[in-house]
Amino acid sequence: MREIKAGTVTEAVAKLFKQANYELGEDVLNAIKKARREEESPPGREVIDTILKNAEIASSERIPLCQDCGTAVVFLELGQDAHIAGGDLYQAVNEGVRQAYDEGYLRKSMVARPFSDRTNTGDNTPAVIHTDIVPGDRLKISVLPKGGGAENMAKMGMLLPSAGRQGVVELVVNTVEEAWSKPCPPVIVGVGIGGTAEKAASMAKHALLRKVGEPSPDAETADLEREILEKVNNLGIGPMGYGGRVTALAVHAESFPAHITALPVAVNLQCHSARHGEIILQGIVNANKG
Amino acid sequence: MPIKVNLPLTEKTLSELRSGDNVLLNGSLYVARDAAHKRMVEAIERGEPLPFDIKGQTLYYMGPSPAPPGRPIGSAGPTTSARMDIYTPRLLAAGLKGMIGKGIRSEEVKDAIKKYGAIYLAAVGGAGALISKSIIKADVVAYADLGPEAVLRLEVKDFPATVINDIYGGDLYAEGKVKYRRKKIG
Repeated sequence: MREIKAGTVTEAVAKLFKQANYELGEDVLNAIKKARREEESPPGREVIDTILKNAEIASSERIPLCQDCGTAVVFLELGQDAHIAGGDLYQAVNEGVRQAYDEGYLRKSMVARPFSDRTNTGDNTPAVIHTDIVPGDRLKISVLPKGGGAENMAKMGMLLPSAGRQGVVELVVNTVEEAWSKPCPPVIVGVGIGGTAEKAASMAKHALLRKVGEPSPDAETADLEREILEKVNNLGIGPMGYGGRVTALAVHAESFPAHITALPVAVNLQCHSARHGEIILQGIVNANKG
Repeated sequence: MPIKVNLPLTEKTLSELRSGDNVLLNGSLYVARDAAHKRMVEAIERGEPLPFDIKGQTLYYMGPSPAPPGRPIGSAGPTTSARMDIYTPRLLAAGLKGMIGKGIRSEEVKDAIKKYGAIYLAAVGGAGALISKSIIKADVVAYADLGPEAVLRLEVKDFPATVINDIYGGDLYAEGKVKYRRKKIG
């Protein structure tokens, strides 16, 4: 049995959330720079310049890229041969979130009792945690501080199987069109197709973890991503909705088999401030236990 | 080149600005978002005075991140304006002249903007670090119990924004989309 200390998990989560809130990843920056080259609209280009300048300031002055430091979404891939020692795994993750949002001067945006009191929990916990058990003895932690403006534009449809590929394309394009300027375009469009209602929703979110613009490994899904991206970028919405060619930086889709009666489709939009980060913690042999 | 605009807005300034204009705002404005809007509209409905004189003022829809030591404010970009739409016509009727946020407004708000001769501007969402550099001073002036949703008074210097809806019915979001939309969508 290999061990990963709960305290190590806390430290890693705290570091990832701080880092993600101050610095855009290379993949995101490259996608935004590519958009700058492709954008034809003058106001659209100005918006992209502002986004790039903002990223420089946030990184050099250690100030959050966006005041909405998000819901702390965490994806865990836990190797089945790894053992979390010295504490509860989810408590360790939440402690990391607490530390990051407190020490990092990040905004705490979570409210308890969402349909009544809406009292701020004060430390941005609880995180929304998704866990997969995988082979091996490692723990992969991916974090995604997810802003409210874009998350609020998520949508799902339980399509009829007869709607097919065209139905999927229409649902996704309509979602982006209806969201218009609200989710802070240029967006990354996460799409989950198949499974059940909750499986599709979780795939749409998980797809946002992929390096921006990296196509699906499945050729047919990659082709679908290209078709949707082209159609979304024909909408004319442009950066921050000021009009332009680049409404989305990328479309990331994931697919899963579905019931004979069903074609679930979920769409999750990610704003241009696509903050995400990951780390792999390697389990170590605990000498005391052999 | 962006147009320098002094706050509070004057009738003359309002008459000169057009959708699509880039501006740099200088002077004072107030910050209020969902919870503060709800309280202000409830005060108006009860016939009570607002915590500050809203006549001619500009509201910024924003909830900052905590101010690090030595700074007046943390990251301070706009939030989605649409959530304020149900309250906005009442505030425009009470004399509000300017709003800064991000994203489209409802038809009711756009009609009220024209009716009362007000203006809606957008700041770049997700540019909170950059925008924070144009905020010189931030003071809580009302509803301190709301924490990050309290009403703030800001002093701004060259705060960058873009005119979306002007007093003549101009609408950059609608105009921009028409201009760059390619016919074949479906």
